[in-house]
Amino acid sequence: MSENKRKRRDNEPENLSDYAIYLDDVSKTFSDGVPALSNINLKIKHGEFVFIVGVSGAGKSTLIKLLLRELQADSGTVFVNGFNLMTIKHSRIPKFRRTLGVVFQDFRLLKDRNVYENVAFAQRIAQKSEREIRRNVPSMLSLVGLAGKYKAKPKQLAGGEQQRVALARALVNRPRLLLADEPTGNLDLYNTAEIMRLLETINENGTTVVVVTHNDKLVNDMQKRVVTIKQGMIVSDAENGGYFDED
Amino acid sequence: MKIRTFFYTIEQGIAGIFKNKWFSIATIATISACLFVFGIFYAIAFNVANIVRSAEENVSVTVFFDEGVSEERITEIGEMIGRRSEVKRYEFVSAEEAWAEFSEQLGEYAEGFTENPLENCANYQIYLNDVTKQGQLVRYLEGVEGIRKINKSDFTADTLSGINMVLIYVFVGIIIILFAVSIFLINNTVTMGISVRKEEITIMKYVGATDFFVRAPFVFEGIILGVIGAAIPMGMLYYLYGIAVTLIHEKFAFLSFLTFLPAFDIFEYLVPFSILIGVGIGFFGSFFTVRKHLKV
Repeated sequence: MSENKRKRRDNEPENLSDYAIYLDDVSKTFSDGVPALSNINLKIKHGEFVFIVGVSGAGKSTLIKLLLRELQADSGTVFVNGFNLMTIKHSRIPKFRRTLGVVFQDFRLLKDRNVYENVAFAQRIAQKSEREIRRNVPSMLSLVGLAGKYKAKPKQLAGGEQQRVALARALVNRPRLLLADEPTGNLDLYNTAEIMRLLETINENGTTVVVVTHNDKLVNDMQKRVVTIKQGMIVSDAENGGYFDED
Repeated sequence: MKIRTFFYTIEQGIAGIFKNKWFSIATIATISACLFVFGIFYAIAFNVANIVRSAEENVSVTVFFDEGVSEERITEIGEMIGRRSEVKRYEFVSAEEAWAEFSEQLGEYAEGFTENPLENCANYQIYLNDVTKQGQLVRYLEGVEGIRKINKSDFTADTLSGINMVLIYVFVGIIIILFAVSIFLINNTVTMGISVRKEEITIMKYVGATDFFVRAPFVFEGIILGVIGAAIPMGMLYYLYGIAVTLIHEKFAFLSFLTFLPAFDIFEYLVPFSILIGVGIGFFGSFFTVRKHLKV
């Protein structure tokens, strides 16, 4: 099959390799008929730092689920890290997800494993050798400032520390894109600032960072690109923007 | 699968048993209880079947010959009988042997006879492979020239084949019921145990684990629990079977006519069968329960 035919089949944009996220006219309606996202157009280039903001129920979580391919869009074009998420086979989803890092508000750490094992776990899934794991995990824990706590179990850590473990796990496989869903939602001001500083460092090192949040102060302080979602639609997309006050 | 993934699977499967020890204990207990009941029934059914089989072996058809039939014809008839598939073995009983046996039963009353009153009672005693085939053999023998009379016991044959059929129906029925109950109980136990770990499965999937990578430790864990759940009741039953047989012979002398199978004969098939059931339940229980949570 020629390259042109393949592109036509996948509805693949010409300059796709420039984008970490490429959403074109994407819509998603829940099974009860309620529209979650309508005609979303969102292009995020590699290396960008983007906030996606909106009130609860605006459609931010649905968007993250689409980007993780936990949900599939009803229509439109969805490319993430070069993978066409509208046509991807179930068996290819794990491979796709290994190109992402993901961080959640509630950390989602494996409670029965220590810090080291939580981070090493992502490497084991990526089938890294023990030698690579022994090299990569400590360096990632150093990056997030937890090298001294590698033996601790999640419940022995404060919220900010748990989120840093989650960050280390998300980054240890060196993903091209980091998705953070309300990463500071459960943290105090100090830890929020620490996590954001880490995300900036990660971004400066070349990883695309997308942060979903409704923390207006955080967004206004950072002066990054801000995409605002309201009732399932993008109502604002501003470079160096602030939190869009829908009221 | 890479070797390190294989060992990781085994390590995580074993670790899972200890990490979720209450779930493991509940699963093992459920499988053990089901297979224990199954084992008891199996042992009883096999012993009853053995007793019926022993009784069947003594059921015979007796064939008497026409008066004056030649010895050659009697031999021919014997050969014809021997070729029949229903026949396990047959014995020729001459008139003298028949009288000798009968006179033993008569005791002193036999002394008054000067001639053999069973002169025309030379016969073949035919023992069958399967008593249900008695009618088929008798119909054949009725058409054989040189045969005067056929003695058979329809009642005994019918009763024994009836018991056999009932045993088969009851055995199959109880196995089906036990299976259904076991699968229901075990599925609930496994579902509860794995549901607690739903979050763990979700995290694995988000990080990019394949379905196989997520499922394999659970399935391995299920198999281990299944084997342990089968081994425990088999060990207990083996021990209790010996005690039960001794107790019945010692305390219930009137049941001494019952011959119990040796433990080895019972457990030779019961153990591998039970372990297979345990492994199957563990495998499929985990496989399908984890599948519900893989759609992330």
